[in-house]
Amino acid sequence: MTLALYVPRASVVHRVPAGAKLLALATLAIALFWLPTLAGAAAALLGTVAVGLLVARLPVAVLARQARAVGWWLVALLAVHALTTDLRTGAQVALRLLTLVLAAAVVTATTRVSEMVRVVERLCAPLRLVGVRPARVGLVVALALRFIPVLVERADRIRAAQAARGGSGRGVRALRTTVAPLLVQVLQMAHDVSEALDARGADDVPSRPRRRRTQEAPR
Amino acid sequence: MKTRDLAYVALFAAIIAVLGTLPAIPVGPVPITAQTLGVMLAGAVLGARRGALAVLLFLVLVAVGLPLLAGGRGGLAPFAGPTAGYLLSWPVAALVIGLLTERTWDRYNVLVGTLVNVVGGLAVVYAVGVPVLKVATGLPWAEALWSGAALFVPGDLFKAFVAAAVADVVRRSYPVIERPRRAAGAR
Amino acid sequence: MRFRRPGAAPAADDVADPARGIELRGVGHRYGERVVLDGVDLTFREARVGVIGANGSGKSTLARLLNGLVVPSEGRVLVDGLDTRTQVRAVRRRVGFVFQDPDAQIVHPTVAEDVAYGLENQGVPPDERAARVAEVLARYGLAGHADHPAHLLSGGQKQLLAIAGVLVMRPARIVFDEPTTLLDLVNARRVAELIAGLDQQVVVVTHQLDLLDGFDRVLVVDGGRVVEDAAPGPAVAAYRALMAVR
Repeated sequence: MTLALYVPRASVVHRVPAGAKLLALATLAIALFWLPTLAGAAAALLGTVAVGLLVARLPVAVLARQARAVGWWLVALLAVHALTTDLRTGAQVALRLLTLVLAAAVVTATTRVSEMVRVVERLCAPLRLVGVRPARVGLVVALALRFIPVLVERADRIRAAQAARGGSGRGVRALRTTVAPLLVQVLQMAHDVSEALDARGADDVPSRPRRRRTQEAPR
Repeated sequence: MKTRDLAYVALFAAIIAVLGTLPAIPVGPVPITAQTLGVMLAGAVLGARRGALAVLLFLVLVAVGLPLLAGGRGGLAPFAGPTAGYLLSWPVAALVIGLLTERTWDRYNVLVGTLVNVVGGLAVVYAVGVPVLKVATGLPWAEALWSGAALFVPGDLFKAFVAAAVADVVRRSYPVIERPRRAAGAR
Repeated sequence: MRFRRPGAAPAADDVADPARGIELRGVGHRYGERVVLDGVDLTFREARVGVIGANGSGKSTLARLLNGLVVPSEGRVLVDGLDTRTQVRAVRRRVGFVFQDPDAQIVHPTVAEDVAYGLENQGVPPDERAARVAEVLARYGLAGHADHPAHLLSGGQKQLLAIAGVLVMRPARIVFDEPTTLLDLVNARRVAELIAGLDQQVVVVTHQLDLLDGFDRVLVVDGGRVVEDAAPGPAVAAYRALMAVR
């Protein structure tokens, strides 16, 4: 998979099963909220960074990027708490937030997407009782990833076709001339894809002859 | 669920992902990221069930480690951050928009659609997002409401209108939502 | 021998009789008010069958009837004696389907994963799956692309991938719905050669008349009816005559 936040390394953290890592992450989150002490939060942060950089040997940039994404919040938290409660509480809350975000980033960077999808499938297993087929989760994930580049391509094609006729891709009018036709086009494509899936054995139930929708007729 | 519904669900998860790659539109002080537009469209075009599942699928894709949120963020980190509530509110928003769209299907137009999207895409999102923001950050309510809702209202109103305008065109040219059963709709 | 008991569908897969081929019995189909097929009675036993007709003539619907993608509004479609209405799963294992647009047919992000998709549905064990996928990819010159994202392939390669994804399932019959319409001449010829070399029974719906050279039988569909049913030469001539008066 080309787009992923996974960073391949041969480390213990990478080898721990995905389910265990997710459980550890959840436990950490609960612990930090149940025991709100500054020392605890600081220790958790140090531990998380140590696991990420030293044990899993992730590049600093992976963690820095996530820290930057919440940087604004950290500053705001410290400021607001300094004004309304006290700086100590502000620091504790900010550290807790940073720790959780970094710990989550470590789990993501050390776990393959396919492994995570399998965990999701397993988590969906109880839904079998209400008629969900867990194997379909894998299919629909694959389909979505397949659709992303196709969508980009179709969007470019429609933009080019509009431009060729002197249209512009901006303004509210573009919604009608670009976005809506694109949506109709890709809905039709999704319908075609579902036929192809059925043809290759995705479903044993035949689609009934549809009554109202003439536009769903094969062209 | 038919294979066709699975394809629609996957399609809208992909649409929300692609909308995250668009540059933010600077309308007023707060930039609009197009991703919540995708959430509204999912509900307004696919209806409650498929719309909510599409958004849920998108969140699963993000959670398992794909950088699909606006700005290339992804993985579990966004779900651990202060804005996690907004992400988690999205499937509910699509569900509510879908339910209301199905109920108003026979008299749907841009105005009705905009109102529906405001209820699902603004009210529901803020109702879940702001309290989570407050708990995660310990901010006082006033601050949480200002930085977590008020700032986004103009952009979100615009998106509600855009989603309704697009959904209205799709409704007329390629309706995906089935006509509701009258008896069920009357209650 | 056929027993027609109304309401009693054949119970199991074991009634399949490959000698019967594909049979359409009094088939009609409509989308809403629009009748797309009407009173079609056909039996396909030939190795190569072509279907031609104008846009909107009903030929795509006819193709989709053959493996149960579309269930007829009237009449029955039988594949080796199996009804597409009641035994669609068994029918689809027998009849592969290749679509016009490979983009609509490729369902997985990478090449090898996509080819494996149908085998997963058939419950083929992973080892055998991998072997069969590798074999098919090698045969169609895609071996080097196994782990590549499907969207980076050329249009011709995408169509080969789509065909590989069907052939790997080893269906006894394959329906092609305009397989060369979106391809350039070189790729269209490659697909035509590929089709010519298949051991399976093949039904091809096409606008590309030279694709039908060497076929056993060609049908001309017009207004939802089969108006000509002959060898390629006379059938194509009839089609040209029909189009000339439009």
